[in-house]
Amino acid sequence: MAYVFQRILTMVPVLFFLSVMVFGLIHLIPGDPAQVILGQEATPEAIAQMRMKLGLDQPVPLQYWHWLQHALAGNLGQSLVDGEPVSHLIAQRLPVTIELAVGTILVALLIAFPFGILAAVYRGRWLDAAALFTSTVGMSVPSFWLGILLLIGFTVKLHWFPSSGYVPMWQNLGQNLHAMVLPVVATGVREAAVLMRMLRSSLLDVLHQDYVRTARAKGLYGWVVIIRHALRNALIPVITTGGLQIAGLLGGLVITEQIFALPGFGSLLVQSVFSRDYTTVQGATLVAALLVVVVNLVVDLVYGVVDPRLRLGKESR
Amino acid sequence: MNQTARANSNVGGAPVQVATAVGRKRRRLNLWRHRSLVLGGVIVGLIVLAAVVATVATPYDPNKQNYTALLQGVSGQHWLGTDQLGRDVFSRILVGARTSLIVAAGAVLVALVIGIPVGLISGFYRGFWDDWVIMRIVDALQAFPFLILALVLAAVMGPGIRNAMIAIGIGYLPVFIRIVRGQVLAEVRKEYVDSARVVGCSDWRIMLRHIFPNITTPLIVQVTVAMAGGIVAEASLSYLGLGVIPPTASWGTMLHDAQGYLSQDAMLAVVPGLAIAVAVLGFNLLGEGLQEIWDPKLKE
Repeated sequence: MAYVFQRILTMVPVLFFLSVMVFGLIHLIPGDPAQVILGQEATPEAIAQMRMKLGLDQPVPLQYWHWLQHALAGNLGQSLVDGEPVSHLIAQRLPVTIELAVGTILVALLIAFPFGILAAVYRGRWLDAAALFTSTVGMSVPSFWLGILLLIGFTVKLHWFPSSGYVPMWQNLGQNLHAMVLPVVATGVREAAVLMRMLRSSLLDVLHQDYVRTARAKGLYGWVVIIRHALRNALIPVITTGGLQIAGLLGGLVITEQIFALPGFGSLLVQSVFSRDYTTVQGATLVAALLVVVVNLVVDLVYGVVDPRLRLGKESR
Repeated sequence: MNQTARANSNVGGAPVQVATAVGRKRRRLNLWRHRSLVLGGVIVGLIVLAAVVATVATPYDPNKQNYTALLQGVSGQHWLGTDQLGRDVFSRILVGARTSLIVAAGAVLVALVIGIPVGLISGFYRGFWDDWVIMRIVDALQAFPFLILALVLAAVMGPGIRNAMIAIGIGYLPVFIRIVRGQVLAEVRKEYVDSARVVGCSDWRIMLRHIFPNITTPLIVQVTVAMAGGIVAEASLSYLGLGVIPPTASWGTMLHDAQGYLSQDAMLAVVPGLAIAVAVLGFNLLGEGLQEIWDPKLKE
């Protein structure tokens, strides 16, 4: 419990700086944000009004305070384009992205586990070499290119999958999953490559340890030792690094959604970037960062559960 | 090498041949053993060559539109065909290599110029303002998904090569600061730092002249990995329309343009993506190879 509390406490300063950065975004716009948002032809009155709407007429610390108060209450302001609450827009789009992320992780695990374990067990043989080389290539192929290749092969040539036309899960689950296959594979391959490599090296570390030799000496069958004894400990570092991968994944999905025309969180961000809807950009950025912070917290807590040695002490990373 | 020299001095005459033969065999073995480094080096070399060639001359003007030769496939005239505006794809791929390298290198430079001093100070002094606060800011910065941070920064600052470099470079800051700081933390405890202090060196002199040379190894590996990531990031930003401003060729914009013509000319999308993948593979292999050499744990 103390560990959980301590871990949450360390988040406070991080969240503070994070909020300052997101808040400061709008002030990074060169020149007068109101002018930039409204364009060159805007009347001075309209600009003054926009400045008031954005709260830019107040002193900066006060602006931040108001913004933070609202954000803490879940109010991320209104879209500058259609006046809709930003939190609604995000809530509408987030499920698509979460579905994509979960699918991606599943694909990654399905590929990474068997090949990671096989590569570690058959270390130095051709299987290991092939797995390592494939993973290096897999890490180098950008997911958006893989996505386009999949589109060319399976949509344009074979007509197996739709090129666009997202259907919400609750309307038609079959169609929804059908449209998700290619995007999930496109992003999953890269994550699988990273994960496989991590699993392999962490498993190799563990396989050399005494307790594994003891288990073997007891006469346990090879695979039992690997799955029941070695894998459990090998997973610890994989979980941490896997958690850190989530942030990168969230960024990668922005592009995936764009390629497959999926109405997710990333396409909301891109869309609002192009329509200069800065409140939505701000809100979406904040939510993305918060998601990462929460995932990292969960990973750390899981880490503590998996490995009791780390629950206390080892404060500095 | 040492052994060869010893063999020479000891016996002389006939054994020299044997010795050099052994030396040559060992060198060939090393080439195989460091295949990642060699292959990565060759690929990176080729990409750099392409970028240099693009600066000097390209087969065609990469931005010249030719409406009599739209979406032509591979031919003797146009090695990789032409795009939807009749521009020569091969020429644009060459220019794209330059764009990629410039943006990636610029981004890494931004990250190094800010990351090294900040990491040095943070790891050296370990105080409240110069370490705790800096690291919490780094933590906060790291919470932003790399691509989203770059995307938002590029959006706020406006598109263009320079802004793309800054945006991607800021995205890299946390990694670079952490690496430098981590290394400094390990080095500060060593005796040579105390000796330097005793002699009366200033803090900055100790940091730059004594500690820094000892931490360059992991930094160089990180630079190659960051180059790979920078190429992907540039392509991503350009794909979204927030990177390089058209008509300047970028692999990312080429991919984006090609997506509208997948059924007519799939090659148009295959070529720039392949270029990105090969470039990234090159830098990844180079990084892997360098790490193999420097990290004894991985050597075996």
